[in-house]
Amino acid sequence: MLLYFVFVLGIGFALKRYMKTSKDFFQAGRALPAWICGLAFISANLGAQEVIGMGASGAKYGIATSHFYWIGAIPAMIFVGVFMMPFYYGSKARSVPEFLRLRFDEKTRGYNACSFAVMTVFSSGISMYAMARLIQTLHVFDSLFLKLNLPVGWIFHFAIILSALIVLGYIFLGGLTSAIYNEVLQFFLIVAGFLPLVWVGLKNVGGWSGLKAALPVAYTHSWRGMTNAHTNPLGVEWFGLSMGLGFVLSFGYWCTDFLVIQTAMASDSEESARRVPLIAAIPKMFFPFLVILPGLIAIATPTLTQHAMAQAPTLNAPAAPRSANDLNDPASMGKGLIPVKIDPVTGKVMTDEKGHPLLDYDLAIPNMLLHYFPTGILGLGLTALLASFMSGMAGNVTAFNTVWTYDLYQSYIHKNASDAHYLKMGRWATVGGILLSMATAYVAVGFNNIMDTLQLVFSFVNAPLFATFLLGMFWKRTTGHAAFTGLVSGTVAAIIHHGLTMPADAHPGIHGGWIAVVHMYPSEMAQNFWTAIWAFSTNFVLTVIVSLMTKPRPEPELVGLVYSLTPKPVEHHMAWYARPKVIAVGLIAMLVALNLIFK
Amino acid sequence: MNLDLRIPMGLLFTIVGAIMSLYGFFTRGSVIYERSSGMDINLIWGTVMLVFGLTMFLLGRRADKRPRPQAVEGTTRPLGRGHGGH
Repeated sequence: MLLYFVFVLGIGFALKRYMKTSKDFFQAGRALPAWICGLAFISANLGAQEVIGMGASGAKYGIATSHFYWIGAIPAMIFVGVFMMPFYYGSKARSVPEFLRLRFDEKTRGYNACSFAVMTVFSSGISMYAMARLIQTLHVFDSLFLKLNLPVGWIFHFAIILSALIVLGYIFLGGLTSAIYNEVLQFFLIVAGFLPLVWVGLKNVGGWSGLKAALPVAYTHSWRGMTNAHTNPLGVEWFGLSMGLGFVLSFGYWCTDFLVIQTAMASDSEESARRVPLIAAIPKMFFPFLVILPGLIAIATPTLTQHAMAQAPTLNAPAAPRSANDLNDPASMGKGLIPVKIDPVTGKVMTDEKGHPLLDYDLAIPNMLLHYFPTGILGLGLTALLASFMSGMAGNVTAFNTVWTYDLYQSYIHKNASDAHYLKMGRWATVGGILLSMATAYVAVGFNNIMDTLQLVFSFVNAPLFATFLLGMFWKRTTGHAAFTGLVSGTVAAIIHHGLTMPADAHPGIHGGWIAVVHMYPSEMAQNFWTAIWAFSTNFVLTVIVSLMTKPRPEPELVGLVYSLTPKPVEHHMAWYARPKVIAVGLIAMLVALNLIFK
Repeated sequence: MNLDLRIPMGLLFTIVGAIMSLYGFFTRGSVIYERSSGMDINLIWGTVMLVFGLTMFLLGRRADKRPRPQAVEGTTRPLGRGHGGH
């Protein structure tokens, strides 16, 4: 693990001498090969919400979680690569908000830059919090602290500061290149750490067929019961799933979030930039087997073996008897390696309103590591886990420093300074961003599932955003005033919708219903998806209406920014297998095949 | 960019793989492998990582060597630009 940290910072130092201009720092000099950017593209998203959250959802909802990949990512990644990347890369915008200024106006950009900056800090803070809590529960530093005679309660703070310093170190030194290089490194580490876990785990439960036999039917079929929200583990019907997740949320994220777009924009040519999301889609398609399957295996691991293996240090061994009468839960007979949830502050077992103990699904993957890995490879597994947190944090921090420096600082606070000044600003913005993340990390307690929290934030900010880009790029009539009105009202619609509805088993408050409860959703996820759908539709409709009432921009100004006014990218000179559209078709075929296999 | 990522990455995987497979080799048949269904996962996976690391490292070195004759030590400009772009 120490070795990994040394390498991480080493890369930062090695790259420092190349960081001469702000372009090197913020955009990696636009000189990276497509495969590196492609892997960084998914790795930037491979933070806490991915590894821990997906493992948790895998344990909670079963293989249906793979919808987050197959429906909730791949189509959007194909779309951004084939259709949207030429505008991002070709317009020479340095960030997504800057593209909005080129296409629309200053206020749209300002609004987007601000909300995006807040969101990156929030996500990075959640990553940090999750990591610190994990280090605490895994007792990584306990012996060190006891040796130094320090209170063990400080480990949480120590972990936060340590992770902050490492991420700060390599970004401060090497900027986006360093972050991207580390993201790729982390990608390989995660694969190296989790592949043997799945292998050993599957072998232990008797292969795929053994896993299927040990779990309820709905766990191993991603589409079963999708016609009705009450008959599948996600609590979402197919329309909410495909529209909310598959269209609004995923396109909003993969097509407009500068966090991922920045890695594609760092590549060395427009062709590479278009290929980046497509390259990324291939490993992304198979990631469910790495991160969701461990969650399933954790549930399926027989409790008997757990007791037989006296030395297995399963965390938070159940302090209260598991409830056997929880009829709503398909897997109540045995939860395998999933412990009950312990309140980090009081140390007591947390329960829902009916008094059943809540299960701490977020520990599915960490417990799998501890259960199946002997000394040696365990170190690798834990490093992979920590690497995933770092990569999530780093992507957010580089996105933050770019947006802050270019879109907020350079535009509103200090115009026309020297390039060296902005480079310095970018470095200090990194420090500021990390400090803010640390503050957020302390606020991030209170949700059962990290995934749900992040989806909530995304749906407020990102869901309306995609309507703006869609109209902006494909309808030349769209105006700046309209885009701004649409964006703001979309976010407001999201907030109001969240305030008026509530998932079935929650109290009014942070889970919704804080204005009045008008509608109940069967699950929090369903509520999130529908919030996104409402935000998107509000934005779309209002943008169209306001556009028709306001004066459009003259067409020559929009060349390179709108689809109908821009020459199509030429693909003839590329080998047939390298053409984005060919890759896209291949990807769709693979996607359909996967969905058929696991239907 | 002048630093090929495959070199540091290959090195990291080679070193970690070597440590793991050595550790796995000396702990053959130990009780700790009951946990991983009896497989000496350290030795197996260590070897896999070692091979992967070496491959990456060598690929990186080979790609790095080819353009090296053109590289002039100590220049501050990005290489290959300003020469007519060929």
